[in-house]
Amino acid sequence: MIPTSHSLILAAALFAIGMLGVLVRRNALVAFMCVELMLNAANLTFLAFARERGDVTGHLSAFFIIAVAAAEAAVGLAIVIAVFRARGTVNIEEIQSMKH
Amino acid sequence: MSIEQVLFYVFAVAIVASASAVVFLRNPVGSAMSLVACFFFLAGVYVLLWAHTIAALQVLVYAGAIMVLFLFVIMLLSLTDTGPLVQLTPSRAAGALAAVAVFSALIVALKKLPDVAPGWTADPSQVARFGTIQYLGEVLYTKWLFPFEAVSLLLLVAIVGAVVVAKPRI
Repeated sequence: MIPTSHSLILAAALFAIGMLGVLVRRNALVAFMCVELMLNAANLTFLAFARERGDVTGHLSAFFIIAVAAAEAAVGLAIVIAVFRARGTVNIEEIQSMKH
Repeated sequence: MSIEQVLFYVFAVAIVASASAVVFLRNPVGSAMSLVACFFFLAGVYVLLWAHTIAALQVLVYAGAIMVLFLFVIMLLSLTDTGPLVQLTPSRAAGALAAVAVFSALIVALKKLPDVAPGWTADPSQVARFGTIQYLGEVLYTKWLFPFEAVSLLLLVAIVGAVVVAKPRI
């Protein structure tokens, strides 16, 4: 079997890459994709511990994370479209004020 | 090394490579496609962790539904990305440093985890039902019924919210 620590290190790497993308990229859409990467890192952690303990609760947590990620993607992309309509850009650098 | 471990390391390298491609590709469509690839490799790792149901959901919901939504929005906005991929302003450099710091902190914390040998695999009845859709459903609809209903409400609110936010005029 795969040692749990290896899965956890992979999840940590995935989370760090996602965090790097969120903090460094200027395109709001790519930043969103990197948030999905971070959510998947959390999923991987849950599943690794579920395999170690034989506890199916980790699977259900991953299931709920997937559902919440779907909701987040729908609302987030709607906000991106609304911002693009109002400002004509999705560059995070140019979206700095809350004013319409 | 067993075939399981070989597959895990192949998938792990592929996951890190495709996740890096998501961050460092200039074209958003390229980023989205490598994210799809990343989700498929992750589904492979989930299967190796005996989570077949979640792996199927990962492919159906993530690689299928969510990424199609992303691609729709990318095509709808038809973005042209000019200028440098990453402008290294002080705040961005601090962000990159923070990501590296979080990674090293996680590694240090993971090193302290005790290595628990999974003793539960000795019980064949538990192994037979672990991760099957039947057992997941039993637990979901008994112990986790309230969170399940709460998620259905959350999805409803998200649908209505997305329509309200994205439509120029209701």
